[in-house]
Amino acid sequence: MVYMDYNATTPCDKRVVESMLPYFSENFANASSVYQPARAARKAVEEAREKVASLAGCLPEEIFFTSGGTESDNWAIVGAALKLEARGKHIITSRVEHHAVINTCKALARKGYRITYLPVDSHGVVDLSKLEASIKKDTVLVSVMYANNEIGTIQPVGKIAELARSRGVLFHTDAVQAFGKLPLRLDKNGPDMASFSAHKLYGPKGVGALYIRKGVSIPPFIKGGGQEKGRRSGTTNVAGIVGFGRAAEIVAAEMDADIERVGNLRDILEKRIMETIPEIVVNGHPENRLHNTLNVCIRYIEGESILMSLDFEGICASSGSACTSGSLEPSHVLLAIGLPHEVAHGSLRLSLGRYNTMEDVEKVSSVLPGIVDRLRQISPFWNEKKTG
Amino acid sequence: MEYTDKVCEYFRNPKNMGRIENPDGVSTVGNPICGDVMKIYIKVRDDRIEDIKFETFGCGAAIATSSVVTELAKGKTLQEAEKISNREVVDFLGGLPPVKKHCSLLAEDGLKAAIKNYREKKGAK
Repeated sequence: MVYMDYNATTPCDKRVVESMLPYFSENFANASSVYQPARAARKAVEEAREKVASLAGCLPEEIFFTSGGTESDNWAIVGAALKLEARGKHIITSRVEHHAVINTCKALARKGYRITYLPVDSHGVVDLSKLEASIKKDTVLVSVMYANNEIGTIQPVGKIAELARSRGVLFHTDAVQAFGKLPLRLDKNGPDMASFSAHKLYGPKGVGALYIRKGVSIPPFIKGGGQEKGRRSGTTNVAGIVGFGRAAEIVAAEMDADIERVGNLRDILEKRIMETIPEIVVNGHPENRLHNTLNVCIRYIEGESILMSLDFEGICASSGSACTSGSLEPSHVLLAIGLPHEVAHGSLRLSLGRYNTMEDVEKVSSVLPGIVDRLRQISPFWNEKKTG
Repeated sequence: MEYTDKVCEYFRNPKNMGRIENPDGVSTVGNPICGDVMKIYIKVRDDRIEDIKFETFGCGAAIATSSVVTELAKGKTLQEAEKISNREVVDFLGGLPPVKKHCSLLAEDGLKAAIKNYREKKGAK
């Protein structure tokens, strides 16, 4: 099998699994209890917090563990909205956000909030002048992702933070795709809040974190026994958090080499695909793009049929076509960068990672042209184009 | 998204794909904006569908249903072919995921529209 869907999820690193095992049956203690094993569990959680903070370039006390990226996004946005309710009910986000952000904003819109969805350019970068113009007296939060999951475009987070800060508006960033792929330094000049997820960086599913900058306070989203200093209740997911910490530690040690190796594989794959398949476009920013992500639109054919064909060859990838989402609309990200519907339907996302090899790249680049050719033979548009 | 083995098989090895030069009837149904377009060509002799081919831009289900509807129609009289329903296409494939039902409707519509086009052409002569 060739797995090229690392932006969807990553395999849990065996070293991560190993670090987690003691916290299932051996030391199963509730980390909130008073006895010895609980203290050991608490210590392991705090060590994990340090490792995650170190990768994020922030302080350990600024990391709050959650059930994942979606919860972190929900908490940050709803929390900021509730906290600043009296000041205003306007939130600014972008048209290319993950559904965890978009649908949270939509839910707030139904409660009377005004949401501005910033447009992006053809590379998927948010328009900073539009952002500046959109900030009004009642604006309480800006939420713009760090790097896009579909096309990999990296947003000018530093500039957005500066702008938001100068206008006294909170800034949250969904850093789920960026965390582990880009070196982050979350300090006083950066965003006020950032969402992370463990399973995107070779950690387990079901655990993530919200970075909340020191001095920023939002009300809890999950209420209960007061874990995480009263800010995120629920019995501490010790094994998951330990795994997250170990995953962050491994990424921190291997990131530079990984960026170079995986980035190189992606570039070779991109070059080969572009050379062998006509009528194809690369989506995303040419430079400011995640090193592992390759998103292309292959004209005159449809994405799901490409995925099915790749699957028959043992290749796992994804697409922003409508058919993969169960609706008739193709990816909102591809539409936001200005692609026509029929082109957006032909999208293919190949996202690489730690366990990909040159053989994988060779396999995909040798198999894909034949698949495209076959599907184009069936396509009325391709045949029309050929005959004029 | 769960496809039956039959859908996968017909997606992989569709029958009757391609064009017919100088067809007696042709139709284009669907919309590129929605991601599915089906084109059906028919050759008619003595009121019977002698040959039928399709070209489809679309997902796995769209390609599989196109193939199935052409197979069901081939050799049938126009009256018989007109009665082919999307239900028949779905049953032939052992079912389709609910979100893909429109693909089978497209197949039914495409066949009917090709027959209609044939009749219009014939009537005009």
